[in-house]
Amino acid sequence: MLLFTIKRMGVMALTALCLTFIVFFLTNLEPNLEILAKEQNNMRMSDAQVESWLEREGYKRPLLTRYGEWLGSFVSGDWGASTRFSKDVLPIISERLYYTAKLMFWVMIVMVPAALIIGVLSGMREGSVTDRTLSTVAITTTATPEYVSGVIFTVIFASSAVGLKWMKGSATSATDAITFANFALPVMTMAIYGMGYVARMTRASMAEVMTAQYIRTARLKGVSFPNIVLKHALRNALIAPFTVIMLQFPWLLTGVVIVERLFNYKGFGWTMVEAASNNDIELLMGCSVVAVVVVLVTQLISDIGYVFLNPRIRIQ
Amino acid sequence: MEKLNWFEITLQILGHFTPVWIGLFVIFALSITFKGSLGLYGKLFNSRVGMIGLGLVLFWILTALLADVIAPFDSLDQVSGMKNKRPGWPMANGEGHYLLGGDRLARDVFSRVVYGSRTVMAIAPAATLFAFMVGVTLGLPAGYFGGKLDTVLSFLANLVLAFPVILLFFLLVTPEIQKTGIPTYIASVLFAFPIVFFVVLFHSRFEQQPGKLFLFLGLTLVLGLWAYSGLAFNADPLGVFSMDPNLLNIFVSVVFVNSPTVFRIVRGLSMDIQTRDYVAAAQTRGERPWYIMLWEILPNARGPLLVDFCLRIGYTTILLGTLGFFGLGVSPESPDWGMTINEGRKLLSLYPHPALPPALALMSLVLGLNLLADGLREQSLKD
Repeated sequence: MLLFTIKRMGVMALTALCLTFIVFFLTNLEPNLEILAKEQNNMRMSDAQVESWLEREGYKRPLLTRYGEWLGSFVSGDWGASTRFSKDVLPIISERLYYTAKLMFWVMIVMVPAALIIGVLSGMREGSVTDRTLSTVAITTTATPEYVSGVIFTVIFASSAVGLKWMKGSATSATDAITFANFALPVMTMAIYGMGYVARMTRASMAEVMTAQYIRTARLKGVSFPNIVLKHALRNALIAPFTVIMLQFPWLLTGVVIVERLFNYKGFGWTMVEAASNNDIELLMGCSVVAVVVVLVTQLISDIGYVFLNPRIRIQ
Repeated sequence: MEKLNWFEITLQILGHFTPVWIGLFVIFALSITFKGSLGLYGKLFNSRVGMIGLGLVLFWILTALLADVIAPFDSLDQVSGMKNKRPGWPMANGEGHYLLGGDRLARDVFSRVVYGSRTVMAIAPAATLFAFMVGVTLGLPAGYFGGKLDTVLSFLANLVLAFPVILLFFLLVTPEIQKTGIPTYIASVLFAFPIVFFVVLFHSRFEQQPGKLFLFLGLTLVLGLWAYSGLAFNADPLGVFSMDPNLLNIFVSVVFVNSPTVFRIVRGLSMDIQTRDYVAAAQTRGERPWYIMLWEILPNARGPLLVDFCLRIGYTTILLGTLGFFGLGVSPESPDWGMTINEGRKLLSLYPHPALPPALALMSLVLGLNLLADGLREQSLKD
C-alpha cells in the first residue's frame, strides 16, 4: 500500500512537471509576449522596440531556462504579479479559490445525496416503473450542459418574461453573503449536469450488487427489502460511485468556469477566463497550476480510496 | 398583419418542418418493415428508448440537410424594425412572421437555429470520427502488446486527460496560437492517423493478394493524401478540401481532447478481447499481430465502441457549445448554437426568446444521442 502510494505520487509529480511546462510553453508564445510588451509600454511600439524590450526583460532566453526560473520562484511562493488586477497572483488566487470552494461545497451538498438517492432507488429494482422514470430524468440531466440549464433556469426563475423572479440572475453579491436568492441558481445549474452521471453510475453498481448471491441469501432468509438495501447492498454499491464522484472534480472545473461566467460570480473560474482573455500570463500560469494540481490530487485520492474501499484489489 | 399567438406559432413551426416529418416517416416506415434483415440497426426498433433517440437524431440530421427548405429567412438577414421582437411578430412588409422572434441584430431566431444545426452536424461527427481513428490506431497495439509501448502511450494519454478541458481550450483556441502555426502541426499529426489506419488495415488483410492490395492501398493513399494536403496544410492542388484556419483550430482541439479517452477505452477492450479463444486460434494459425488486432479484435469490440461513439458525438456537441459560449466559435456571425446562446444570455431577463431555442435544440440533440446509445447498448447486449 505504501509502495503503491509512493509510486503514484512519483508519476503525479512527473505529470505535474510536464503539464506546467506545456502551459508555460503555450502562454509564453511569441505573439503573447508581443502583446505583453505592447501592453506594458505602448500599443504603437515598433517591432524593433518590442524585440529590444523583450531582450531587456529576459524573455528571449531559452524556454527551459525560463521555465526553471519560474519553477524556482513558484516553489518559493513568488507566483508573480497579475497585469489584469495589478496585484500579486498568490493572494488573488487564494481569495478566488475560497469563493469557488464555497460554491463547490454547496454543489456537492446538493448533488451527491440527490444523485445517490436517484441511483439507489432506480438500481434496487431494475426495470421497474421507478427505475424507468428516474433513469429518464438522469439521462436528460446529462444531456443538459450548464450553459443550457443555466439559461433555462434563469428564464424560469429570474426573468421578467415569466415573472416568477424568485432568484436573481446574477450571483455577484454572493461573494459577500450567500442568500438563497443569489446562490440557488448557480448551485442548481452546476449540480444538475453532474448529477445524472453519478446517478447512472450508482444505478449500474446497485443493479449489479442486487443480483449477487449474498443478496439472494438475505432475501431467502426473510430479511425485509428496505433492510437488504440499506444494510447489505448499499455499502458495496457505493464503491464505484465514490471513484466517479472524485473524478467529477476536474469535470466540475469546466462547470465552475461556465457557471461563474454565466452568473458573474467572481471566483476561480471567472478569474481564469479573465486571465486568459486579457493575456495575463502569470495569473494564467498560477490558475493552471492550481487546476492541474486539483485534478491530480483528486485522481490520487480516488485511486487510494478505491483500493482502501475494495479489499479485492489489495491482493493483486 | 396580426401578431401570431402561441398556438399559431407552434402550428407554423411544425408546418415549416414538413419535409423533415416526411423524411422521418419514410425512414421509420422502411426500417420497421425490414427490421429483421437490418442487423443491429434493425434491432433498435425493438426498443422504445432507441427509437426515440434515433428519431431525435434523425430529426436534426434531416434539418441540417434540408435547412434551405425549412428556414423561412437567411441566417444573416437583418430586417429593420425586427430587433428583439417577440415570437410571432409580423414583418413590416407583410411577408411572413419571425416565428420565434428577432435577436438583437434583428435576425430571425428560428432560421438561425435551423441553420445552426448544420455547423454542429458537420463538425461533431467528423471530429469524433477522427478521435476514434487516433484512439483505435494507438489503443489496439497498446493493449495488445503491453509493455513499454503501453506505458509510454498511457502516460501521454493520462497527461492530456489530467488537463482540465476548459483550460486546454483557452490555451489552444486563441488568435495568437494560430499565428504560430501550432494547430497546423497538431493537425498534421492527427490527420495522418486515418491514412495510417487504412493502410495498415488493408495491408494486413490483403498481404497475400497483390492485386487487391495495390488497388486498396492506392485508393487510400491517393484519396487520403489529397484530403490530408487540403485539410492540414490548406495546400490542396485542386482546391476541393480546405478548412478555415479558425475551424481547423477548433476541430484539432476537439479531436485532441477526445482521443485519449477513446484510446483508454480501446486499450481496455483490446486487453480484454486478446484473452479469447479466437485470438489464440489466430495466433496459432500464425497470423501477424496487426491482422489479429484489426480483423479479429476490432470487429468484436464494435458494440461498446459504437455505443461510445454515439455518446461521444453528444459530448463533442456539448464541447463545441462550450467553445461557442466563450466566444471561441467558428466565426462571429455563424448561427452556431453555443454562440447564439452566449449572445442571447446578455439580455436574458428582458428578452429570453433568442437564447432559449438554441439551448433547447442543443439539449434535444444530445438527449437523442444519449438515448440512441442506451438503445444500442441494450440491444447489443442481447446478442
